[in-house]
Amino acid sequence: MSDTNKPAELGEHIAAELDEHVTGHEVAHGELTVTIHRDRVEKVLRFLRDDPVCRFTTLIDICGVDWPNRADRFDVVYHLLSMHLNQRVRVVLATDEDTPIDSVVELFPAANWFEREAFDMYGILFDGHPDLRRILTDYGFHGHPLRKDFPLTGFTQVVYDEEAKRVVSEPVELVQEYRDFDFLSPWEGAKYVLPGDEKAEEGKA
Amino acid sequence: MAETDIRNFTINFGPVHPAAHGVLRMVLELDGEVVERVDPHIGLLHRGTEKLLEHKTYLQGIGYFDRLDYVAPMNQEHAFCLAAERLADIPVPKRGSYVRVLYCEIGRILNHLLNITTQAMDVGALTPPLWGFEEREKLMGFYERASGARLHAHYFRPGGVHQDLPQELIDDIQTWTEQFGQHLNDLETLLTDNRIFKARNVDIGVVSKEDALAWGFSGVMVRGSGMAWDLRKSQPYEVYDELEFKIPVGKNGDNYDRYLCRVEEMHESVKIMQQCTEWLSKDANQGEVLPTDTKFAPPRRAEMKRSMEALIHHFKLYTEGVHVPEGQAYAAVEAPKGEFGVYMIADGTNKPYRLKIRAPGFAHLAAMDHLNKGHMLADVSAILGSLDIVFGEIDR
Repeated sequence: MSDTNKPAELGEHIAAELDEHVTGHEVAHGELTVTIHRDRVEKVLRFLRDDPVCRFTTLIDICGVDWPNRADRFDVVYHLLSMHLNQRVRVVLATDEDTPIDSVVELFPAANWFEREAFDMYGILFDGHPDLRRILTDYGFHGHPLRKDFPLTGFTQVVYDEEAKRVVSEPVELVQEYRDFDFLSPWEGAKYVLPGDEKAEEGKA
Repeated sequence: MAETDIRNFTINFGPVHPAAHGVLRMVLELDGEVVERVDPHIGLLHRGTEKLLEHKTYLQGIGYFDRLDYVAPMNQEHAFCLAAERLADIPVPKRGSYVRVLYCEIGRILNHLLNITTQAMDVGALTPPLWGFEEREKLMGFYERASGARLHAHYFRPGGVHQDLPQELIDDIQTWTEQFGQHLNDLETLLTDNRIFKARNVDIGVVSKEDALAWGFSGVMVRGSGMAWDLRKSQPYEVYDELEFKIPVGKNGDNYDRYLCRVEEMHESVKIMQQCTEWLSKDANQGEVLPTDTKFAPPRRAEMKRSMEALIHHFKLYTEGVHVPEGQAYAAVEAPKGEFGVYMIADGTNKPYRLKIRAPGFAHLAAMDHLNKGHMLADVSAILGSLDIVFGEIDR
């Protein structure tokens, strides 16, 4: 992209045209991010697809992001590309576990699997999706593995059961506790108590 | 005559069907031999790469990208490194860029050789894979000589590549590029005008421009349909804007055009590789392949023998790793299969907070139902072959 101001100008244009739907827009690392209200996604994406200055006809990706400390814990991120005008945009909206957001399968058939994936991985609900099934996880899987509160080891493991003569799923059994080595320097903002330091605190009390 | 009970057949295609290109299970609903509905069940190779990456430092994470599209490993690493570089503002030395481009194009040839030959195998030809794989073998030799591994290279680093290439290797790659064109022409004599190959591929799996846009296609899937869209040209990264190459574009958007595009792309890749080897061989262009700023790139071994500072940097980089500043970035490369993107959210620590991998094959496979409707059962594997599917990247 030769014109460095292009993303910023595009952001201004989108914000002006979509006024009340858009809550903010910013350009970072040369990429335009537009934040919107969660119930306006269909309108915004339709505008972005059809507006002559935008023409974002290719849906690149839909993905979820989990921020467990927020009330609306999930971000849903849409990446759009315009092959006609050679520009990209990122649309972000926030939702929680229970509030469905509108599916955009009608606008972009490609959204079908991406929304299924976001549902599978995070449990984000899409209203109006024709077939909101799990996609990547196993048949009969429980839980949403990319949530931050889902352990890396998972909850179940599959083993071959000699008696039943088939593969069964059982609670995960670790020979030793899962060790997540943290190499963050304790002098540079690691937010935990160093082993042994808890005694110092005890002495004060 | 008694009325016969006519009903639709539902059959399972895969998950271990040889034409499924891995572990794809497709539930096909057939009316006689005509496909009415395709329901691909994916995820049989799901390894939770995105989850694992949230628990690995940036350096450890690179290795997971080799295992996505294991046919062209370094192209994936590239996207990850670009995303990290964009967030942390890491400069890439020119020589590093050229080495990367050289190996990305090797990856492209690796991929296209595998794809067109297995596509031919899907429609019944057994010789092309044997011919094509011989050349792949040599290319994997180049991978090995640069990185130590034939497939899972772990060679790209944020900031460049791990080690410089020895001049003999560059010369050997140069020699290889000179003879490869002939091999490719030989391969083409088997397929391009082959009556059976054409009968199975021409006008099969036609993708219109509108379809290609609506279904989020990229790479050869849009170029085969007549759109000259290539990220290497339209949003150039690395040194692609300094190199000369053409973008082959198809006309009809069918399987056969996509095959032709891939063959032409290999010829173009060879040209790019020759420009790279020429550039890399010049005396004026010797130098670093990683930034000399040791906050991002490890110090060189020789330096570590004498400098305490270098030793500390090395230790910190290989235990704690690089800290990538808070922010988000989406970096895309023109992988052989299409647009391979990495959406990275960093929180300022040594591990990514969230990493979304946008695999081109995922969008292509999602359109399976749309593409196959009304085709014959035998066309399913032909279309699947021309989509260029690798499950490592789709299932992640």
